[in-house]
Amino acid sequence: MEAVAAKDVGEVFLEHVYAIPDGEKINECIQCGTCSASCPMSDAMDYSPRQIIAELRAGMLDDVFKSNTVWLCSSCYSCAVRCPAGIPFTDVMYELKRLGTQYGRYPKRTPNAVMVKAFTESVDRHGRTHEPELVQKYYLRTNPFKFLSQVAFGLRLLARGRMALLAHNIKGVGNLRKMMAAIEENGAK
Amino acid sequence: MTDSNDRVYTYYPGCSQMVTNKAYNISTQNVARTLGLEMVELDDWNCCGATAFMAVDKKRAFVLSARNLALAEQTGREEVVTACNGCYLTLNKVNRHLAEQAELAAQVQKALAAGGMTYKGGVRVRHLLDIVVNDVGEKRVRQHVRRPLAGLKVACYYGCQITRPFGEIDDEEYPEMMDVLSGWLGAEAVAFPLKTKCCGGLMMTTQPEMGRKLTGAILRSAKQGEADGIITCCPLCQMNLEAYQDQVGAAIGYDCHIPVLYFTQLMGYAFGLEGSELALRDSLTPVEATLMEKVESR
Repeated sequence: MEAVAAKDVGEVFLEHVYAIPDGEKINECIQCGTCSASCPMSDAMDYSPRQIIAELRAGMLDDVFKSNTVWLCSSCYSCAVRCPAGIPFTDVMYELKRLGTQYGRYPKRTPNAVMVKAFTESVDRHGRTHEPELVQKYYLRTNPFKFLSQVAFGLRLLARGRMALLAHNIKGVGNLRKMMAAIEENGAK
Repeated sequence: MTDSNDRVYTYYPGCSQMVTNKAYNISTQNVARTLGLEMVELDDWNCCGATAFMAVDKKRAFVLSARNLALAEQTGREEVVTACNGCYLTLNKVNRHLAEQAELAAQVQKALAAGGMTYKGGVRVRHLLDIVVNDVGEKRVRQHVRRPLAGLKVACYYGCQITRPFGEIDDEEYPEMMDVLSGWLGAEAVAFPLKTKCCGGLMMTTQPEMGRKLTGAILRSAKQGEADGIITCCPLCQMNLEAYQDQVGAAIGYDCHIPVLYFTQLMGYAFGLEGSELALRDSLTPVEATLMEKVESR
């Protein structure tokens, strides 16, 4: 990971948020807390969505990265549709996830971060997700013992023909990889 | 029994419908056939990226959806249809954002070109529920009902991403399309306050305590509304609601057992299709037994 000072990440963050449609509305937050009250995950979060915006304003981006909040967003968009200032907050959370991933600034073995990484690996490899591979990778990287507890569930699915033992590769997987390589050349994510 | 209709749609099943939730794909295809909708599967489609890819790399996530949109455009048909909420929002959002973010769109075009493809922006992304309710409509749906679902009470669970954030096809917080459709089939849609409250999505695996709490609240709400079953329009919601009812019930101290089926299975049953045409036995909940008990005994 390249070493980046906190300030630089902050600048990158704002630049990226402003690039999102309606992203500049983040400046119009009135700290009303509608987002926090609407968020289904907020009672498990270190900081609620409203507090995240307050922290961002105070330049405490590192605190935000270290909290569990960002990776608990389930993308339900309740905050976004209810925000009286029209802030696309779910997209702000995505941006924080991406920056955290890019700069390695989230707590190690954060379950959702591990999960999405495994997901992208599966898609990069096959062009589609292969769920058994995804679940296996996820548990091996987080808690291998818990994998055993999933075996019974796997068998229930298998009995109904709901688990593929082999992955399906799309025909155009080589072409897709070329496209992915081409977009990587453009630098910043 | 099939209808005739000029409409031909490009169909994007999505990864989960291939195996884990194949009952949704099977019931979708058979219901569409009955309604005279021609669904041509998009050739060699790739994963939309879902919520996961967007959390890692925005540009690569855009390329994934853009390849699907480009393939859809090549068919010459204007509309691509999916029955998965996640695929619907991901493809739709990328489609909209490509139109609004010129710099990103140019980079995505270059990437597509590296694979010999191009996307002009002429595809419209639609959810199957929208097609059934708004394109096919009440009159034609009712014409196909062979087994009216009188006496059956359903709780319609929409999940998040069919209406949020854009609210293009129904209200973001209190949609009614599935409720209305259930009525056309003869069933009664019960009051269901948590119809768009998040089930937690991937949290059932990654944050099981929260997953159980969220799913539990939804299942309890449906049962308190005295529903005989829940119908869904999203494969991940379906899995979360049907697969963990024992653990969820234990976690919240409430009996959470209730059949969960896809709205396409409910439609097909009302249309008189066979259980195998709707893959009713794929279910982890007693869907077929409940339908037979509540509908056929009347």
